[in-house]
Amino acid sequence: MNGEKAKHSGLWTLFFSMISIAWVFPIFLVIINSFKQKAYISDNAFSFPAGDTFAGWDNYVRGIEQTNFFASFGWTVIVTVGSVLLILLCTSMCAWWIVRVNNWAAKALYILFLFNMIVPFQMLMFTLSWLADRLGLNTPWGLCIIYLGFGAGLAVFIFTGVVKGIPQSLEESAMIDGASVPRIFFQVVVPIMKPSIISVAILEAMWVWNDYLLPYLTLDLNKYKTISVSIQYLKGGYGSVDMGAMMACLVLAIIPIILFYILCQKYIVKGVMAGAVKG
Amino acid sequence: MISMAGKAIRRWWALFVLPTFAAFIIGFVVPFIYGIYLSFCEFTTVTDAQFVGFKNYAKALQDKTFLHALLFSTLLTIVTTIIINVVAFAIAYMLTKSIRGSNLFRSVFFMPNLIGGIILGYIWMLLLNGVLAHWSKSLTFDQKYGFWGLVILVCWQQIGYMMIIYIAGMQSLPTDVLEAASVDGANGRQTMFKIIIPLMMPSITVCSFLTVTNGFKLFDQNLALTNGAPSRMSEGLALNITNTFYGRVGFEGVGQAKAVLFFILVAIVSLLQNKLTTSKEVEA
Repeated sequence: MNGEKAKHSGLWTLFFSMISIAWVFPIFLVIINSFKQKAYISDNAFSFPAGDTFAGWDNYVRGIEQTNFFASFGWTVIVTVGSVLLILLCTSMCAWWIVRVNNWAAKALYILFLFNMIVPFQMLMFTLSWLADRLGLNTPWGLCIIYLGFGAGLAVFIFTGVVKGIPQSLEESAMIDGASVPRIFFQVVVPIMKPSIISVAILEAMWVWNDYLLPYLTLDLNKYKTISVSIQYLKGGYGSVDMGAMMACLVLAIIPIILFYILCQKYIVKGVMAGAVKG
Repeated sequence: MISMAGKAIRRWWALFVLPTFAAFIIGFVVPFIYGIYLSFCEFTTVTDAQFVGFKNYAKALQDKTFLHALLFSTLLTIVTTIIINVVAFAIAYMLTKSIRGSNLFRSVFFMPNLIGGIILGYIWMLLLNGVLAHWSKSLTFDQKYGFWGLVILVCWQQIGYMMIIYIAGMQSLPTDVLEAASVDGANGRQTMFKIIIPLMMPSITVCSFLTVTNGFKLFDQNLALTNGAPSRMSEGLALNITNTFYGRVGFEGVGQAKAVLFFILVAIVSLLQNKLTTSKEVEA
């Protein structure tokens, strides 16, 4: 009985190992092609670079030059970090206020935020990019404010769920001891909310880092591009793509994500769970 | 009933609510309301809007590319929702059993989800064009290649995500119920269909909700993989709307009308879907 079980589990391990290899194969293929001369990439994607077809770091040099990769990388970091910090701070405060005050205004606000979650971006994109331009929010700093506004719904929704589970007695006894309201929030409530704050941070960071359309439409693209936007720019107007530079940029864009994943895997999985709430 | 603490907190609205609310007005409320108004107008730059009634909606519904995009998105959503949920459920079921390396497999399956849509699109463009090159074809040769390419891409991206949610659901299944079933002599199939699946309905609701809305809202992957080629035949709704806005001068109003229709569609589909699967949830 035991032997049979082990045998089966061995087969399953083999099975899943093969699927896992297939699963990472697309990324492996991009890495291989990033070292190939650009003319050979479309012709034979599956061959290893060797002899004539080997390009060394040429593709990387061209890719970094054409996209100004490090500048895009820097702006992406700034927009992501800025937006996530702003979203965490503002929406956690807002969610606490909504739950604790719980009057008609708080309830109306909550319903508005719920409504925000089902509206697709295409509904807003034309008017939002126009408004952002008019208000001078077409910089990475302004973009953070737009992310706060457009992404508020999900974060407020998750945080209100968390606050509802926190007993009020702690806050009341702090109040009797004479602590001010902001102090109660930052010293009593925030420490309790910390695990969910990390989860929301991961969730929002994944969204902002990878987002393409919002930065593309709102940023002043002569000055600022994010990674997704500059990769899309490589494609140019009429389909003529430098495939070598493209492959190199894809690899450069994937490396930080994989590193982040390896370092924060535990938190990322928790973030996914926090996002898997019923809409 | 408002508590003492609640009263004290209420006075602090300017600090606690105003920043989020102000950003929400700019980033959501004003664009939303103005967007609805503009869908009844003819305009090129927002400020020269002229009211034209339902003309934009009539044009949108007569637009063959829009109707084709609706069909494309609907089919894509149905196919991907079924494949992703069945495969993710099956993988989650196997990986919650004691299999050597299951933690590593989970990590590998989840990984594509972290990569952005634009990057995913170009990764798969390389791979799929490489495969199709053997028959001297490419992704943009025919809409069916674009469609199935997109299906493969979306599955690769989302199976790991849904797997994580299903694994969490399975780990919290009540073991006493499962033990009782095996004591009573239920076979594997009965246990699966009569016990596990009904108890997993909350996770199934969440995952199918996410896959359905993701399917309709799909944009980046569609843009990067085929950008609608050949001749807008592999265009989903989100891409079609964006191309209407920015592709032809004078069609901004039509684009906005399409966007309103898209919003209504997404809202109805997600509410219906949520109702349908929630009604099948049971208590252990």
